[in-house]
Amino acid sequence: MIEIRFHGRGGQGAVTAAEILAKAAFLDGKYVQAFPFFGVERRGAPVMSFTRIDDEPVEIRYQVYNPDYVLVLDDGLMNVVDVFSGLKENSEVIINLAEEYKAAATHKVHTIDATGIALEMLGRNIVNTIILGYFAKKTGVVSLDSLIQVIKETFLGKVGDLNAEATKKAYEMVK
Amino acid sequence: MVKEVMTSNKAVAEAVRLAKPQVIPVYPITPQTTISEYLAQYVADEKIDAKYIKVESEHSAISASVGASGAGVRVFTATSSQGLMLMHEILFAAAGMRTPFVLADANRAISAPLNIWNDQQDSIAQRDAGWLQIYVENAQEALDTTLMAYKVSENPKILLPSMVCLDGFILTHTVEPVEIPEQELVDEFLPPYKPEHSFIDTETPMSIGTFADPENYLEARHDMQVAMDNAKEVIQQTCDEFAEKFGRQYGLVDAYKCDDAEIIYVAMGSICSTIRAIVDELREAGEKVGLLKIRAYRPFPVEAIEEAVVNCDKLAVVDKNVTFGNGGALFTDIKAKIHKDAYGFIVGLGGRDITPKEIKEIYEKTKNPVKEVTWIGLKEE
Repeated sequence: MIEIRFHGRGGQGAVTAAEILAKAAFLDGKYVQAFPFFGVERRGAPVMSFTRIDDEPVEIRYQVYNPDYVLVLDDGLMNVVDVFSGLKENSEVIINLAEEYKAAATHKVHTIDATGIALEMLGRNIVNTIILGYFAKKTGVVSLDSLIQVIKETFLGKVGDLNAEATKKAYEMVK
Repeated sequence: MVKEVMTSNKAVAEAVRLAKPQVIPVYPITPQTTISEYLAQYVADEKIDAKYIKVESEHSAISASVGASGAGVRVFTATSSQGLMLMHEILFAAAGMRTPFVLADANRAISAPLNIWNDQQDSIAQRDAGWLQIYVENAQEALDTTLMAYKVSENPKILLPSMVCLDGFILTHTVEPVEIPEQELVDEFLPPYKPEHSFIDTETPMSIGTFADPENYLEARHDMQVAMDNAKEVIQQTCDEFAEKFGRQYGLVDAYKCDDAEIIYVAMGSICSTIRAIVDELREAGEKVGLLKIRAYRPFPVEAIEEAVVNCDKLAVVDKNVTFGNGGALFTDIKAKIHKDAYGFIVGLGGRDITPKEIKEIYEKTKNPVKEVTWIGLKEE
């Protein structure tokens, strides 16, 4: 089973990202589960969400404590919450950050300037779909085609098209 | 047949769409709110041909439900926690007036202290109202059970309302794959509601919910007891019929690896998923352990439970509620009716996460018991 934890702020779409990832992996033929950290959501406050992906039905129901991947939508959270909490030996972290992650880290950390792509292509700093594009290419956990399909179903019309394009761009940025 | 990834709240809304109720009085409350939102959307989009009544409180939602059901139409409502508390008075009226509608309860803790998270205290506090109560484990079961609940409630041998209980957030806000049945098959399984009695039938006009003096009240209440006893058979028949049509088998209880188990967990709702995984883990380590999931809490399926636990030594009864001064409600029911060595465990109140560690602790404390009722996960002083 692959477990993913998202860190974001209320309003940034971390919960939607977890659901989009689950739905895309489901289209790929996997069993899935996604849920928010249950709480009182406020715009701007730190939030978490979780996705589980497996070849077998997901039949456990508690929070993800030891994620395989952590996706951080807002690097400002790094000073507020411990995004490295509970990581396993081979866990990897992807952070929305315009530069390389310089601080000492016990785990493999990737960065992508998702905010840059979002501001350029969407005109606003919403990075949840973009970071999924990067995640898809970097990890191979989910296919780009499925991601694009779910993004277009989630955001209708032009917003969906723009998000799909931005997601694709992030996907293609991975070396 | 369509398979989609959705929350249990959406799964319930899909079931309601397929069941075609004619009246939906509902008032939003966390974590039920999206059920009322989906249904409002479906009615607005004409996916459901129903009167959606926007009421000013849960007391009104349940009152309007009783009125509409008494008039002879299929009715759905949903609530949670404090909303169900506010309905309390009319829940008894709904059962006493024999109005067979369905209510989905997104299980949530009760104030005070104020808490929006999951436990099952809200529906457990209504157990004596005369409603059937079914607890579900996942989104698919939430959908399927909502459909079956109508068929059971509307059965002329029952005519009692049903409460479908789904764990707040853990189910209501978690997405997972769900099969949505074909409308045609649902129509065959659940034909349009034909009321046995209704107060607006001009051929045989009648009153419901009238005054009953000491000469009549006792019999009216006894009739409800008979209906509740009948419900055990009708629920099982309905589950079998559902399985034949849709390929998913449910029952009053669901026994997992119980046949040769020495210790059996007994639990209700979404926690059964994690317990089942731990049963597998413990089995691999050579422990003889099983899980008995209680789906029907009212009527209490004593015979089905007895059959499932006949070979075991001990029961570990898991409650997400407490009847203060006497352990959990499921535990006290089991103690009263099942002649086995049983231990009670209070877990997860107010949304405290229940992880494998706690589930294993329950097993250990049943194997080597120290006291009868243990609260699991309490912080050290």
